[in-house]
Amino acid sequence: MTERQAPVALSDLDRNIINALQGGFPLTDTPYADVAATLGISEAALLDRLKEMLETRVLTRFGPMFQVERMGGRFVLAAMAVPESRFEAVNAQVNALPEVAHNYRRDHAFNMWFVLATETPGGIDAAIARIEAETELPVYPFPKLKEYFVEMKLKA
Amino acid sequence: MEVIDSIDRALIVATQGGLPLVSRPYDALGETLGLPASEVQARMARLLETGVIRRMGAVPNHYALGYVANGMTVWDVDDAQIDALGEAVGQMACVTHCYKRPRHMPDWPYNLFAMVHGHDRAEVLAQAEQIAERLGAAVRARDVLFSSKILKKTGLRLVG
Repeated sequence: MTERQAPVALSDLDRNIINALQGGFPLTDTPYADVAATLGISEAALLDRLKEMLETRVLTRFGPMFQVERMGGRFVLAAMAVPESRFEAVNAQVNALPEVAHNYRRDHAFNMWFVLATETPGGIDAAIARIEAETELPVYPFPKLKEYFVEMKLKA
Repeated sequence: MEVIDSIDRALIVATQGGLPLVSRPYDALGETLGLPASEVQARMARLLETGVIRRMGAVPNHYALGYVANGMTVWDVDDAQIDALGEAVGQMACVTHCYKRPRHMPDWPYNLFAMVHGHDRAEVLAQAEQIAERLGAAVRARDVLFSSKILKKTGLRLVG
């Protein structure tokens, strides 16, 4: 599935849903109905909007966001300097690994930046070794030495 | 570190693609996993408490929200000062992530990474200036790497 790369015109309702639901989704028996009530809409309307926003990739996901480190795994940012002529092919090789959770193209000599997420610390080294073997390009790991702040909430 | 058991793991595998979009999602998950809904809810509450689940809800595509310029601002600052500087930069409203990461000399002299998001590149560059002001004389070198394309964004995927 291609990721949406451009802004969309969001209705006020969709904005309200996104702003209200970037965390704190309840663990009640009927959570959608409960959230819908606070937004002043019906459960069916909320489910309909969520499905539509997932289909159109306004939302990439609806559900839990995991911190794999808390269960013994690792997240590691890594970068590669990929020759432009090989960019598409290397991108396909890198993205094929399930360990690659996100991947961004950036304007720099290091033009490919991806996050590896693995269940065990050793899984990172294995994934890096595999990418290096398949692409014959060096992978530069940037593990976080210290986390000062993380709060990825953006106002819609 | 939290120890998760095989049922927690099965619950993570069942929800990593998203929660069921049905009236009673925890019942639906329970049916899939052979658990009562109450156990699904209790386990998810525990995973939230222990931080295995950071939060639960909508994960917006920031491009779709109009945040089409995302800049990874990177800074070479003195290792002796980086913790205080990182904490200060992390508190800035425009910064969504702030980390200390290793340098890779000679190609990469930067040890402080701060992500900022804007509606255009000018907004991101203005935010980078604010960070530069906050860092002051501690900055030895700096750069901003704009993302020009999302190549993949699936999040965690445990296999099986």
